[in-house]
Amino acid sequence: MAEKTVATPVEAAGQASEKETTRAEERYIAPPVDIYETPDGLTLVADLPGVPVDGLNIQVKEGILTIEGNVKVESPGTPVYREYELVNFFRQFQLADTVDTDRITAQLRNGVLELTLPKAEAAKPKTIKVELG
Amino acid sequence: MSWRNPWSELEVLRRELDRALGIEPGRSSTPPRVAFLPGRAARAYPLTNVSEDTENIYVQALAPGLDTDKLELTVLGNALTISGVKKGIEGVRPEAFHRSERAAGRFVRSIELPSEVDADRVTARYASGLLTITLPRAAAARPRQVQVTLG
Repeated sequence: MAEKTVATPVEAAGQASEKETTRAEERYIAPPVDIYETPDGLTLVADLPGVPVDGLNIQVKEGILTIEGNVKVESPGTPVYREYELVNFFRQFQLADTVDTDRITAQLRNGVLELTLPKAEAAKPKTIKVELG
Repeated sequence: MSWRNPWSELEVLRRELDRALGIEPGRSSTPPRVAFLPGRAARAYPLTNVSEDTENIYVQALAPGLDTDKLELTVLGNALTISGVKKGIEGVRPEAFHRSERAAGRFVRSIELPSEVDADRVTARYASGLLTITLPRAAAARPRQVQVTLG
């Protein structure tokens, strides 16, 4: 699964970047992800703290998977000490043709998104039985 | 008790600079620090923001994917300790990973609060990966209105 947005190196992981369009007002960061293979396909796990279910937008268009998370956080009181600032999340991946995009499922729990990307039936290995004649 | 927040002066200076440079409030001039990878570096985890009003002190910690059963909060005087476990992905062979950017593991962090708090009335809420702790100020640390009598 190739990365569409520029990968964030670990050293620069703490820095947000500007979206590459001039009119986009908001800043965003690429969430850290884990991607691993299972017998049925791929699983993508992303950390998206502060994103409620209705703030999450996942799209597949022309083989590109887009994950967009809009942060909604209420912080009471006046700040005295700050270590982080939450901004919206955005990251894109190029999907392989073997992913069955109709059966992608997503689950969001405690700020962690789990996307299941199943392999298309045609891409699954098939055992061919050889008959002795 | 003479706690002075050494960062508040910097915070004020930052706001002044933002205003001078015409940056609207709420949008900081510095890139936000959002790294929340435990175990990746020798940095404190979880990252916390502290805010206050006259009644309470609020601590918000950035900690997605915590195991809520193993999350522990302790308050002693004006120190708050957060400890817990961020679950990793289990049962996957290392060679099956295409990307592994999220770190996991055990963590513990103690932070000093701006004033003494009433440990019995501390409440905490964990929602969408953010832990929000509300710590009511101890009666002795609360500002009191003093009535002036004219004589």
